[in-house]
Amino acid sequence: MAETVRIPAPLALLAELTHRCPLSCPYCSNPFELIARERELDTDTWADIFRQAAEIGVLQLHLSGGEPASRRDLVELVEAAREAGLYVNLITSGIGLTRERLEALDAAGVDHIQLSLQGVRAETADYIGGYKGGFDRKMRVADQIAEIGFALTLNAVMHRHNLDDLPRTLEMAVEMGARRIEVACVQFQGWALKNRGMLQPSRAQVYTAKATVAEARARYRGVLAIDFVPPDYFADYPKPCMGGWGSTGLNIAPDGTVLPCHAAETIPDLTFQNAKDTPLSEIWYNGAAFNAFRGTDWMPELCRSCDRRDLDFGGCRCQAMALAGDPAATDPICRKSPHRALVDAAIEADTVPAPGQQFEYRKL
Amino acid sequence: MTANRVPVLPRGVRCHHDKVRDANVLLAPEKVLMLDGTGHAILTSVDGNRSLDRIATHLAEVYAAPKSAILGDVIEFLDDLAAQRLIDYADG
Repeated sequence: MAETVRIPAPLALLAELTHRCPLSCPYCSNPFELIARERELDTDTWADIFRQAAEIGVLQLHLSGGEPASRRDLVELVEAAREAGLYVNLITSGIGLTRERLEALDAAGVDHIQLSLQGVRAETADYIGGYKGGFDRKMRVADQIAEIGFALTLNAVMHRHNLDDLPRTLEMAVEMGARRIEVACVQFQGWALKNRGMLQPSRAQVYTAKATVAEARARYRGVLAIDFVPPDYFADYPKPCMGGWGSTGLNIAPDGTVLPCHAAETIPDLTFQNAKDTPLSEIWYNGAAFNAFRGTDWMPELCRSCDRRDLDFGGCRCQAMALAGDPAATDPICRKSPHRALVDAAIEADTVPAPGQQFEYRKL
Repeated sequence: MTANRVPVLPRGVRCHHDKVRDANVLLAPEKVLMLDGTGHAILTSVDGNRSLDRIATHLAEVYAAPKSAILGDVIEFLDDLAAQRLIDYADG
C-alpha cells in the first residue's frame, strides 16, 4: 500500500536572481548550462514570487546567484521581499557592492549578509575565484559591512588549496565582526565534481580540520558560532540533503524554473515547472519533481529498513545520480551502499593529482 | 552580578509571528527557531533596557509565579542563545 506523505509547508526559498558573476569559482553550484541575462525574471515577477512564497509558509529568503549584486534592481527586490514579510539573507561575494549600495540595501531591510571567502590572501583567493583584484575588493566591502553594522556570516568554502588556512580563516571572521562562520567543505556536484581531482582534500587535512573546528568552537564560544560542513566522501553516512527532498525549501533559477535543490536538473526524467506559469503552491504540493523523492516509497529496501532512514533520508539524490547513475539509489557515501567502493576509489585517485592538471573554471 | 546583564537581540535576529503555522518564531541567520510560550514570553521582554533581573520580575508579575525560579529559566534560555550569538549582553 502506498504511504500518504504529509507535506510540510516550505521554510526557505533560495532565489538565484542571476547566473552572472564576476568570479568563476571552479566549484560553483550553478549548472553547466547557465541562463543568460535576457532570460532572467524581471523585478515584478520576482516580487510576485516572494509574496506567493510568504503565503505558503516561507520565512527566509536567500538572495543568491551568480552574484546577486549583478542585478541592478537588487534594492527593489529586497524591498519587495521585506514587504512580503520575509527575512532577507543576501548571499554575495561582495564584488559589485559599493558603500552607497550597501547603505541602500540597509535601508531596504536586508536582515543578514553572507559573504563568501575564497581564501585568506589575495594569491589563493584570486586563483580560486579566477578574478584578479577580487580579494582586495572583498576586503574593502567587508570593512563597509562592519561599519554599517550588518549581521554577517562569513562563508568559507574549503578544499585542498585552503584547508590548511582554516585557523587564519576563523581569525578573519572574528576580525571582520562576523557572528557566524560556515566552514563549508566543497560538495562534489556539477562544476565541483568536474574539478574534484583538483579540490579533494587529503585525509590528513580532513582530520586536522575537524580538530581545529572542535578546538575553535570551545575557544570562540559566545564570539563566533561555527557551522562545519565536513567533506562527505570521508564520512560513513550521507548528509540529510535539503533536510529531505521537498520538505524544507525550494530553489528558483534565474528564469523562474522551480527546483527541489540547486542540482536537481542533473537528474534525468524529472520535469520542472516554472513560477511564471504555475502558482508556487501548486508546484510545491503537487509538482511531479517535488513528489519524486518525498517520503519513503521511492527508497531502496536498504534505506527503507535502515534505522537512519529518518536521519538522512537516504542522502543526496543528485550524488546517487552522479556516482551510481541512479537517483533512487542509496547515496554512495553510505558505508552500507553497494556503490561505496566508488567513493573510496575516487578518494585514492584524487589524492594523486595528475601532473599539469588545471581548474576548469565556471564560465557563462 | 550576572542578573544585572542586559540582553539585547542583535541585528539579524528578530521575533516573528508565523501566520501560516500560527506559531511564534525567532528568525536568525540561516536559522528559524520555533518558540514555545516560555521562550516567546522571555524574548518579547528583551527590549535592550531591562536587565535579566528585571525581565524575571516582569514575568513573575505577568504569570504570577515565583521570581527565583523564573530568573533561572531566563538565564539558562538566554545564555544558550548567547553562546550561538543570537543574543548579546550589554553590561548592566
